[in-house]
Amino acid sequence: MTITLDDLVLVLTECAGADDDVTLTGQNLDVPFTDLGYDSLALLETAALMKQRFAVDLTDEEVTGIETPREFLDRVNHAAAQAA
Amino acid sequence: MNRSVAITGIGVVAPGGVGKKAFWDLLVSGRTATRTISFFDPSRFRSQVAAEVDFDPQRSGLSPREARRLDRAAQFAVVSARECMADSGLEFVELDPHRTGVSIGSAVGGTTGLEREYLVLSDSGRLWEVDSDYVSPHLFDAFVPSSLAAEVAWTVGAEGPATVVSTGCTSGLDSVGYARDLIAEGTVDVMIAGAADTPISPIAVSCFDAIKATTPRNDDPEHASRPFDRTRNGFVLAEGAAMFVLEELEHARARGAHVYGVIGGYATRCNAYHMTGLRPDGHEMAEAIRHSLDQARLNPDLVDYVNAHGSGTKQNDRHETAAFKETLGQHAYEVPISSIKSMVGHSLGAIGSIEIAACALAMENGAVPPTANLHEPDPECDLDYVPNEAREHGVDAVLSVGSGFGGFQSAMVITREETTR
Amino acid sequence: MTLATPAAQETPERTGRPTAVITGIGVAAPNGLGTEQWWQSTLQGTSGIGPVVDYDASRYPSRLVGRIDGFEAAEHIPGRLLPQTDRVTRLALVAGAEALADADADPAELAEQDGYGEYGCGVVTSNATGGFEFTHREIRKLWTQGPQQVSVYESFAWFYAVNTGQLSIRHKLRGPSGVLVSEQAGGLDAIGQSRRTLRQGVKLSLTGGMDSSLDPWGLVSHLASGRLSRSDDPATAYLPFDTRAAGQVPGEGGAMLVLEEETAARARGARVYGEIAGYAATFSPRPGSGRPPGLERAARLALADSGLGVEDVDVVFADAAGLPTADDEEAAALRALFGPYGVPVTAPKTLTGRLFGGGAPLDVAAALLALRDGVIPPTAGIDRPVPEHRLDLVRGTPRHTPLRTALVLARGHGGFNAAVVVRSPEAA
Repeated sequence: MTITLDDLVLVLTECAGADDDVTLTGQNLDVPFTDLGYDSLALLETAALMKQRFAVDLTDEEVTGIETPREFLDRVNHAAAQAA
Repeated sequence: MNRSVAITGIGVVAPGGVGKKAFWDLLVSGRTATRTISFFDPSRFRSQVAAEVDFDPQRSGLSPREARRLDRAAQFAVVSARECMADSGLEFVELDPHRTGVSIGSAVGGTTGLEREYLVLSDSGRLWEVDSDYVSPHLFDAFVPSSLAAEVAWTVGAEGPATVVSTGCTSGLDSVGYARDLIAEGTVDVMIAGAADTPISPIAVSCFDAIKATTPRNDDPEHASRPFDRTRNGFVLAEGAAMFVLEELEHARARGAHVYGVIGGYATRCNAYHMTGLRPDGHEMAEAIRHSLDQARLNPDLVDYVNAHGSGTKQNDRHETAAFKETLGQHAYEVPISSIKSMVGHSLGAIGSIEIAACALAMENGAVPPTANLHEPDPECDLDYVPNEAREHGVDAVLSVGSGFGGFQSAMVITREETTR
Repeated sequence: MTLATPAAQETPERTGRPTAVITGIGVAAPNGLGTEQWWQSTLQGTSGIGPVVDYDASRYPSRLVGRIDGFEAAEHIPGRLLPQTDRVTRLALVAGAEALADADADPAELAEQDGYGEYGCGVVTSNATGGFEFTHREIRKLWTQGPQQVSVYESFAWFYAVNTGQLSIRHKLRGPSGVLVSEQAGGLDAIGQSRRTLRQGVKLSLTGGMDSSLDPWGLVSHLASGRLSRSDDPATAYLPFDTRAAGQVPGEGGAMLVLEEETAARARGARVYGEIAGYAATFSPRPGSGRPPGLERAARLALADSGLGVEDVDVVFADAAGLPTADDEEAAALRALFGPYGVPVTAPKTLTGRLFGGGAPLDVAAALLALRDGVIPPTAGIDRPVPEHRLDLVRGTPRHTPLRTALVLARGHGGFNAAVVVRSPEAA
């Protein structure tokens, strides 16, 4: 199973809310989360919900090291592959 | 009016010892009061360490009725209020109730009692529509934190302004600052001011777990709180209380009271940045420090001791180090700076007052408490944090700072009444 | 450097100290979201009290609340703030934004101007019960699903400082700020402290109070006070100063006010509702002490602070406990101050229930609009006033009369008393 951008957008919106001005798409996968308006708490909350939904467990260091949506997807999919 | 405000009585309930003497003995010993949580089974939590108070209500002077009626935070508040009254000698003096007020800091008030009641009423969380049949009359006092101020006002017979100041982790500084302003402007002559918080409960532990603010150093609880150390990884949750008698200086002199020090300056600012995050530059804290020094008309070079917020999170340690450098200049590298949170943990709203007690006792005893567990300094924190051992050091002027969720940054300057400015 | 120098901060004597005026009002009340809607409801006697509708409250002995129906937070505040805020903070953000818009003041812009600077604007609020419903959900998750399920936002969505913190961030309010809790008197303490910050050099301070804790655990916690009415009739459940008075109805909401130093407000052309001319707080001794309660003294001290006398007061917004003993005490204080039937007395909170930290600021908002419009809003539902009270209670319909000075009273459980004197701009 692969966690997709759509999955990430859904979880991120639930955890950190939606914003009319900034929408996460395939076009801004490499834009830092901070520039997209997501702070460290939003990422911690997103990682926690990812764990519940997809049973992927990132370490604290992994979560705090993530800077962009692409990195986030890479990390969770890597963790999912290892768990499988 | 702008009257001088003296500290004439101190009462402390802190991890490691109840009473100001036991508290000071712990601080100068450099021992720590952090340990594995014993109040509940912490095994499900990320952070399993805390600084708990070994508190026996009756041995601390509470009647069986008080012990039964009062939430733990209120017990701490009442016990420390009685100690500060006795310490000031005010218990034997006819106070004017109308000219005496109360200002108590607390970040989370009756949390512990609220959670306990919740588990009963909700059948351990099963019921969303909690049961009202078994509701305790004490639930309301835990629900509304101002009951802390009411209890202290009743205890000391105050009938002036009474309130709870609840600005998160700066509550204990801000409550004393608020009291100081009321005396300085002439509204009252005496304030019982301080703070109490007892947050070591599953809900508080889990919410700090969630944001990784508390340390996961569970295998070494005695050395878990490591402000300014390269290996620090979060704060250690704690509980406690400290109360003071604040008095208009002439009022104190007229009755021959012992004066620990004078609150020369106090200021608070907000960073308007983030509910939990700090900008590394520390500008707002620096602004609060500058204003406190200005009010005290104290040259920054004359600060003899800085009591740091020193929570043991990387962002805090760097934030306040920057603020010290900005405001004290070269003197920042020379003045002893320490964090007693290394020993007594971070009791949220209470710690600001507990730290003021440490400052007043440092002036009294001519010594500064150390920062325990500081063995590998963070290279970005390059000031003198008084590692591990208390230091004999004459203290005539202290600066104490606090920083809290919500963006609050507060600072207070305490001087001797005769300090040359 | 942005604030006044220390030398300029000294001598806050009556003559030398800054005049504190209100230039903006924002309201979230059970009978109206937004100042105008609430004020119309208040004058027309439209009540916001009703049965609990969002869960089954039939098991509880008290089932009436003052709830803000139809509040859709997403229509008012940015989506990014929704996951991290309790209902109370959303209400505070909505009312805070309304107050600043009403004052035509943008603190971020003002910070760029001379005389303001980065720290020239602050925020001081009162709140007595925190982000309660948010915490109820999180504590339930903790105990039924485990600690890992607790939201990161619980760490600040709950605590009493959350409204001040979020308002500070949202509107770039970086000056001296704070949070005071004195049960239902705290809202006036916040306004008093906000005024105090003007003497410390602040030019604009957002102040007031907001509370909301009507979820099941919150309602049961209110029940624990033993003061709630057990009536099921919204029209007669909360009847202060009435022979049938038998308890209170808890409500949610409050008001946010923009307080400004008068010279700065006039310089930017702000419209002035009125002045916070006096403030004082006292604490009543423990019942049974034999010493008198402190409400009358709080009123006298606030009047002395304002430089006015009892004869200057045109209307009193009463605390109006709705509990016989407490009503008797307040009536006695009013008689001692003004004589029997000596001043019009009203309690528009009979239409909202008691709003804890938000109630007294809402009464200050009502006082300001009463002065503006020359009309005293009525106390609802009082058909049988207690004869011994000998109060000139404004009942049923609004009373039109020129007004220059209002006295607002508040009491909080445990013994908290506070009073604020509001003066019309023409009189000030």
